[in-house]
Amino acid sequence: MDLSLSTRTEGDRTIVEVGGEIDVYTAPRLREQLVDLVADGKYHLVVDMERVDFLDSTGLGVLVGGLKRVRAHDGSLRLVCTQERILKIFRITGLTKVFPIHSSVDEAVSATE
Amino acid sequence: MTPILTNRPRKVDVATVELRFSALPAHVRTARLVAAAVARRSGVDEAVLDEVRLAVGEACSRAVHLHRRYCPDRPVTVTLVDDPDVFRVVVADEAPADDGTDEIGLSDLTDLSSGAGDLDDVVPPGVGLAVIAGLVDDVAVEQGGPGGGQGMTVRMSWPTKT
Repeated sequence: MDLSLSTRTEGDRTIVEVGGEIDVYTAPRLREQLVDLVADGKYHLVVDMERVDFLDSTGLGVLVGGLKRVRAHDGSLRLVCTQERILKIFRITGLTKVFPIHSSVDEAVSATE
Repeated sequence: MTPILTNRPRKVDVATVELRFSALPAHVRTARLVAAAVARRSGVDEAVLDEVRLAVGEACSRAVHLHRRYCPDRPVTVTLVDDPDVFRVVVADEAPADDGTDEIGLSDLTDLSSGAGDLDDVVPPGVGLAVIAGLVDDVAVEQGGPGGGQGMTVRMSWPTKT
């Protein structure tokens, strides 16, 4: 399954819904999306990963790059993920300490810094 | 052959399925799908197939990254072997072994102090190897590519149902 991306706004948060596979082939599209949002002044991002089937270290690198970009503007990047197979790679890489990971979009949107 | 992660006798690989693909990111997905399909048929537990998919994807992504930098005309080789009681995967590249990027590991990924965009063009291959090491119990990374030429070989295995 290819990568799918869609965005919507809730208050000052921009939700990026990602579906399919994030790997070495598709990750550049996600990076482009995050770069565009930051360039557009969207500094508080929620990346909804509930429909992601596959994530590898290239995808993690893009998310870390996104986090660095929003933080440069005092922004935030929160993840929504409850899938064990996706959470596992965040744990292996130590990134659970870097990203706030939420169990629902509502929870991520209402979270305060 | 100098083992880097573990030291164990080198086996002769009689392939059940062998893939040779040009170093393009799009083909990494194909390699993952084929590896998972052969693993399933070999009797690898369904619950472990996600692990096989991710580990093979990381090894192939690393090889593709290095080939694109050093030897874009050479193919990446993936050998899938259905041995008794074990499913083995061998991913071999032909890139220079002294590249040095494998030294870069997880701390570089989680270090947010470096500037925006430093890491997100291509994640250093060392991160992929670190993910594999954290994921797979039986893994060895050896110097030497296909046929013992230049490159690196990543060997992984998973038990199969008897």
